[in-house]
Amino acid sequence: MSTTYIARSSAVAARRLGDEMVVISALDSTLFSLSEVAAVIWEAADGRTPLEQIVRERVCSRYEVDHPTALRDAEEFVRALAAHGILLASEQPIEAPPARAAASAGGMQP
Amino acid sequence: MTLMAELIQKACALGVPMAAHVDLTWRCNERCEHCYLEHDDKGEMSYEELAALFPQLADAGTLFLTLSGGEPMIRRDFWDLVARARALQFNVKIKTNAVLIREAEARRLRELGVEQMQISVYSHRAEVHDAVTKLPGSLARTLRGIRALRAAGLKVAMSNVMMRSNLGDRKGVAAMARDLGATYSADPTVTPMINGDRSVLDLRIPGSELAALFHDKELVGDPDSVCAPPPPPGDDERNALPCSAGHSACYISPYGDVYPCIQFPLPSGNVRRQKFLEIWRHSPELREVRSIRMRDLPVCSSCAHLGTCTRCPGLAWTEGSMRGPSSADCEKSFYRTGVPSANMLARGLVTFPSGTADTALAAFPAGGRAGFGLVQIAPLPRPAA
Repeated sequence: MSTTYIARSSAVAARRLGDEMVVISALDSTLFSLSEVAAVIWEAADGRTPLEQIVRERVCSRYEVDHPTALRDAEEFVRALAAHGILLASEQPIEAPPARAAASAGGMQP
Repeated sequence: MTLMAELIQKACALGVPMAAHVDLTWRCNERCEHCYLEHDDKGEMSYEELAALFPQLADAGTLFLTLSGGEPMIRRDFWDLVARARALQFNVKIKTNAVLIREAEARRLRELGVEQMQISVYSHRAEVHDAVTKLPGSLARTLRGIRALRAAGLKVAMSNVMMRSNLGDRKGVAAMARDLGATYSADPTVTPMINGDRSVLDLRIPGSELAALFHDKELVGDPDSVCAPPPPPGDDERNALPCSAGHSACYISPYGDVYPCIQFPLPSGNVRRQKFLEIWRHSPELREVRSIRMRDLPVCSSCAHLGTCTRCPGLAWTEGSMRGPSSADCEKSFYRTGVPSANMLARGLVTFPSGTADTALAAFPAGGRAGFGLVQIAPLPRPAA
């Protein structure tokens, strides 16, 4: 099984509002409201921590959900945000993602 | 309800200043005839002060940051400030006249992830636009800037303040916006100067011209709906907040003064002396603003327009009371619908040829429209500065 690393695009605006995370793409102004669990993953998306580890340490330890289910949901969440270019996903650790890279890639990075 | 409306509602409920308007300077390279600012620098905040303010706003929950002026791009540290704001993941909008923008500046703004540029254009005719800005050649330079921004892929919102001098040019500006791929909005609001001088209000278009504006399909979309008599206000309208100023939005001047809104220049604290969050949470002025619901307004709470009026608490404050009516909005409501506002009736500004206001109103029950032919309205007197 491959390892997935995720990083927030720098081409976004984001702020926590109560228990949700509001994210706006600077590229197309799409507005996202992330749930509490999704916000946990978003905030942990540092480009260095594998998604599986984020789910295990940040999600399963705090919410009553089994690891396979949580990981499956997390991967779906990552794919959806990556398709909008606001989250970068790669099989290699991601160094400080530039805004324009996110703009041109618009999704999963090789 | 849209997601954005839900977020604003949530921000109001949580007391989060989701939107902040920060003027980086009041200095400007134009001298627009209707401008409400004093352009001489009285010691504006340094880069270090602003760079220290931005994280405070982020910590308070601000997401939407409008950087404006004056002309913000005349600051030497403008680019550093935008970069600082974007590094803190603000959604940045910039209000500018765009005369300093060429291809390189436009590309840089795009690379920094600025979401939108809002640019004032007063006419499609240089002689009219330049007469408003008092800067020869300004329309040509502004249009050059807009073209560069669009070519770089930035969203541009063209805003057209309508005054006596440019009233006839709105269709020309709207057509120009379409050609440039910009959005267009028109607004007949001219606000008193921030120092209290109300002489600029003479530039406002006459009330009688407002009716034509509100019935212009290009401007309002569906005039029949927009100009319909207001439905009787219910509990939701009576319990509503007057506006988001001081609830989920605030303004900060180049000198650090915090106001509920740029149109509501009620001094509520200064970030040079206090932390922003301390002002936002504990300022007596902001607390008073937040305590007011529509039902608390002595005149407006009994007005037929309560639920649909664009009443600005800031303009009301400049007329003497944040709980009072905003006369300009009374005029708008009247000329939009033909139904006089409670303020107009109370001040005897509406007369009915066939009888008293009371008996005439009785002839138009349930917010029925009086019609311009039946009602004569005196110009609303303007309070002294």
